[in-house]
Amino acid sequence: MSIEDVQNEIIEEFAMFEDWEERYQYMIDLGKDLPLIDEKYKTEDNIIKGCQSKVWVHANMVDDKINFTADSDAIITKGIIAILIRAFSNQHPAAIIEANTDFIDKIGLKEHLSPTRANGLVSMIKQLKLYAIAYQTQLN
Amino acid sequence: MLDVQNIRKDFPILQRKVNGKPLIYFDNAATSQTPQQVIDVIVDYYTNYNANIHRGVHSLSQEATDAYEQARIKIQKHFNAKHPHEIIYTAGTTHSINLVANGFSSLLQKGDEIIVSALEHHSNIVPWQMLCERTGAILKVIPMNENGELILSDFDALLNDHTKLVFVNHISNALGTINPIEYIIDEAHKVGAAVLVDGAQSCPHIKPDVQALDVDFYVCSAHKLCGPTGVGMLYGKEDWLNKLPPYQGGGEMIAEVSFEKTTYAALPHKFEAGTPNICGGIAFGAAIDYMNSIGFDNIAQYEHELLEYGTEQLQKIEGLKIYGTAKEKTSVISFNVGTIHPYDIGTILDKMGIAVRTGHHCAQPIMDFYKIPGTVRASFMFYNTKEEIDTFITALKKAVMMLS
Repeated sequence: MSIEDVQNEIIEEFAMFEDWEERYQYMIDLGKDLPLIDEKYKTEDNIIKGCQSKVWVHANMVDDKINFTADSDAIITKGIIAILIRAFSNQHPAAIIEANTDFIDKIGLKEHLSPTRANGLVSMIKQLKLYAIAYQTQLN
Repeated sequence: MLDVQNIRKDFPILQRKVNGKPLIYFDNAATSQTPQQVIDVIVDYYTNYNANIHRGVHSLSQEATDAYEQARIKIQKHFNAKHPHEIIYTAGTTHSINLVANGFSSLLQKGDEIIVSALEHHSNIVPWQMLCERTGAILKVIPMNENGELILSDFDALLNDHTKLVFVNHISNALGTINPIEYIIDEAHKVGAAVLVDGAQSCPHIKPDVQALDVDFYVCSAHKLCGPTGVGMLYGKEDWLNKLPPYQGGGEMIAEVSFEKTTYAALPHKFEAGTPNICGGIAFGAAIDYMNSIGFDNIAQYEHELLEYGTEQLQKIEGLKIYGTAKEKTSVISFNVGTIHPYDIGTILDKMGIAVRTGHHCAQPIMDFYKIPGTVRASFMFYNTKEEIDTFITALKKAVMMLS
């Protein structure tokens, strides 16, 4: 599936919920299924700055596709990063670099997109894209 | 007695909804809300007499100057300073602290000592670290106990002939502890050290008498006591303010200028370079009038009730731990529930219209002491109610359920 397909799938899932509580509950559940980062990568260097909670992200490339793993000490942040990783994992670096993230708005999490927001969603997206750029240069 | 329902009518923002729910504002330790009486003064200033002060011969400038200087006198009387010129308008507490720290760089020598408390806000640590780097002075810290109280015997042991300055907040922003500043001031003076008290958190709750305290410097921000942001004050004893060199160069702070030599203006203008926050200063005065119209005794009594009620209700929640259990504390409750991250709780509470603070509250040393990433902090003002606390408790229980 392309990034867009996965994003549409996520949008459809979130469309089933009627209120914020259900949406957040689902996000919290998604956080529990987050592909966890290996403990050895949970270093200071891998912490994404700009988050009130700690977020660690790691990336590796297999067959020209990037896989992300992550963790956070806050559950909602874990849910947000799980959604992002689901959209971006197992994709070609070039596709990740070009991907837009409007779907965050469409699933009712727009408030988290503000750059001043303490969870640092914007920083997370930037970090995932930076990984993609780094791997893209390896491919060139 | 305080009529909270009537008081709430003074605050238009308390009528609004957040995320579809009536706003419950429990982030007062970060900034307080503004009553209509203060908003009116701001509107009146820009509507009727906005002008630059002190220099103009025209009527508007005179009116603005009068109002600005009248506000200074209100602030002077409120804090019971001896002279109006001992009140320096600043951009706020942080600016005031930096002004003093900068001034002391010419008064300190290598080997001199500065004492700060373990309960300080970052703004009260960093300027002193910078001052120590510049001068070779040494920074010492008064430790705190598990309840969030300063250990005074350790403070006594830190004092000696090299101690030149002691900096302590009147009330801790992260824990709400009221520090025994009377004792700290007296003991510091015995070794000849000056004392600066950060009153950012105390001014909304306590009316300090700077002469009775015999404090050398006292600082606060208007926005914590129902005034606007971007304005605050530095109180300094006349002698001290005369000893400190000017902080910034510019207009207003000079008496005579030639290319050979500039003579500085007298107090307070020596420290007030450039066009100040005129409207802010006037509104600061209005905020002090407003607070006094309610009465600090009434405020203290009512907020203490809120603190006791809130503490009692919170303690009923399983796994909830309150940080900062000092005997003397103000209406601030810092807590965590089990291992739930404070950020998660704050996010869910926000969805229910409740504003609290989460994080380290710019007091990382305190969080390190308790070995936690941060806390949820609910801070009450006199316009909050027990009913709001009840709603908050229900919402908190729901958040805990969702997050567990």
